[in-house]
Amino acid sequence: MIWNESIECMDGGALRKIQTIRLRKMVEYVYHNTPFYRKKMQELGLSPQDIETLEDIHKLPFTTKTDLRDNYPFGLFAVPMSQITRIHGSSGTTGKPTVVGYTRKDINLWTECLSRCFTAYGATKDDIFQIAYGYGLFTGGLGAHYGAENIGASVIPLSSGNTEKQIHLMHDFGTTVLCCTPSYALFMADAIKDMGIDRDSLKLRAGAFGAEPWTENMRREIEEKLAIKAYDIYGLSEISGPGVGFECECQNGTHLNEDHFYPEIIDPVTLEPLGEGQKGELVFTHLTKEGMPLLRYRTKDLTSLHYGKCSCGRTLVKMDRILGRSDDMLIIRGINVFPTQIESVILDLQEFEPHYLLTVDRINNTDRMELKVEVKPEFYSDEINKMLALKKRIGDKLQNVLGLGVDIKLAEPRSIERSTGKAKRVIDNRKFN
Amino acid sequence: MKMVAKQLSIFLENRQGRLMEVTRVLAEENINFSALCIAENNEFGILRGIVSDPQKACDVLKKKNFAASLTDVLGISCPNKPGMLSLILKKLADSGIFIEYMYSFALNHATITVIRPNDLKKCIEVLQRNEVELIDPESMYNL
Repeated sequence: MIWNESIECMDGGALRKIQTIRLRKMVEYVYHNTPFYRKKMQELGLSPQDIETLEDIHKLPFTTKTDLRDNYPFGLFAVPMSQITRIHGSSGTTGKPTVVGYTRKDINLWTECLSRCFTAYGATKDDIFQIAYGYGLFTGGLGAHYGAENIGASVIPLSSGNTEKQIHLMHDFGTTVLCCTPSYALFMADAIKDMGIDRDSLKLRAGAFGAEPWTENMRREIEEKLAIKAYDIYGLSEISGPGVGFECECQNGTHLNEDHFYPEIIDPVTLEPLGEGQKGELVFTHLTKEGMPLLRYRTKDLTSLHYGKCSCGRTLVKMDRILGRSDDMLIIRGINVFPTQIESVILDLQEFEPHYLLTVDRINNTDRMELKVEVKPEFYSDEINKMLALKKRIGDKLQNVLGLGVDIKLAEPRSIERSTGKAKRVIDNRKFN
Repeated sequence: MKMVAKQLSIFLENRQGRLMEVTRVLAEENINFSALCIAENNEFGILRGIVSDPQKACDVLKKKNFAASLTDVLGISCPNKPGMLSLILKKLADSGIFIEYMYSFALNHATITVIRPNDLKKCIEVLQRNEVELIDPESMYNL
């Protein structure tokens, strides 16, 4: 099923025309409403008139997460606060969240994108959605909520966590569509079994899984264990949140809502644009956003794009699975974690050396982080209680900053490798491709 | 406080062979253990021991990147008979002294106990007032 056939299946040429018109308008809009972009464009000797075709987008400056942080909190908003109806955020590289603002129209367009997405999964007003994404600053919960309501479905706003309750309500309320991270879906599948609930007594038939990278193997496992169809949903708060892209019934690529978010693939090193099918970093330019439109935002996600008509009928460009990141950001249980955040916590605590080794594993479908850290020689105690207190001190602080628990391993002096070049501080044992 | 002895303390990760390395380093320096115990939890252990030359032991271990340090402890001796330790501990408890940790071993007819009290000075006072035999550090190191 297709929510907005006239756009989603539009002839490629017509879509490019719409994108061109919107891009020109957007460049004009940010030039006049976002001082940050006016300055950047002036520095490059660019005026809005220089952007006439889609190819001209290459002349425009890039935007990075650092730009968002430097303009924290509202510096990139293009409208006065009186027009902002919603603020979301995601974790930033130094602990301050990356903030995004939405006008009423932005929320409506985001909701439109999610309606396309849920409709592609075959969901209708007859479905019962269980939203197990977190509600809050994180875009997952509220984003999915609005989209599901918009297609007329019944929505259970459970937010994340509390697995037993999730499963009881899933059973008692007859949930048909589950929205959560893929690893949480697998965790739930095991919990359903452990609780002795008969899978056939559930009405679950589809899942919208995203907020973290996942693999074909995980899809097969979810589909097998829960007897459902598992679909990818892609998004990031800087662009809108979930629903920037979605899978169709073909399950062989993620369609991007490119009439609102113009995608490019660039070489993350040379920053040169790459062609269709070439693997590189995904970059988005907002075509319709009012609250906080961004030009050429570098997602740091590595993937490739494929154009042409899909067998589902859609012409919206298709993106491969995310193959990795061009920066060091980790996604742990759907939450963004930057090694620099961990570094700053360690540096703040005088008892620890500034050397650490973070190991990430996926155990029983749950991401786990273990941090090995050295205590400064003068702070080693021969009393176990004091050593455990040290461990708790750093563990609590990390929990506070990251919003995630970290297993702390206290290490002996100089047992963590010192390297002369760029230190290998993170080992990610999870396999995504 | 001349009765205060220096105990060798080492924080050790739970890694195979780690304890052996400690003993090897000390053996190479001809340092002897007269007492040794290990407190552990599931992630790390803390070795505590009385050695023939605490300062030298600590220095060589530190040079080899061990988390070694010296801790002030007291050594006491009492007859190796039922009820003796209880008697001493009662005196300490009654005086409000808290024991962080202790370990004992029997040597012929005596029991040697190494204790780490929360208040060393007060502990010595209480022990001396009650005529408990404190062992002088040099004898401890060379038991």
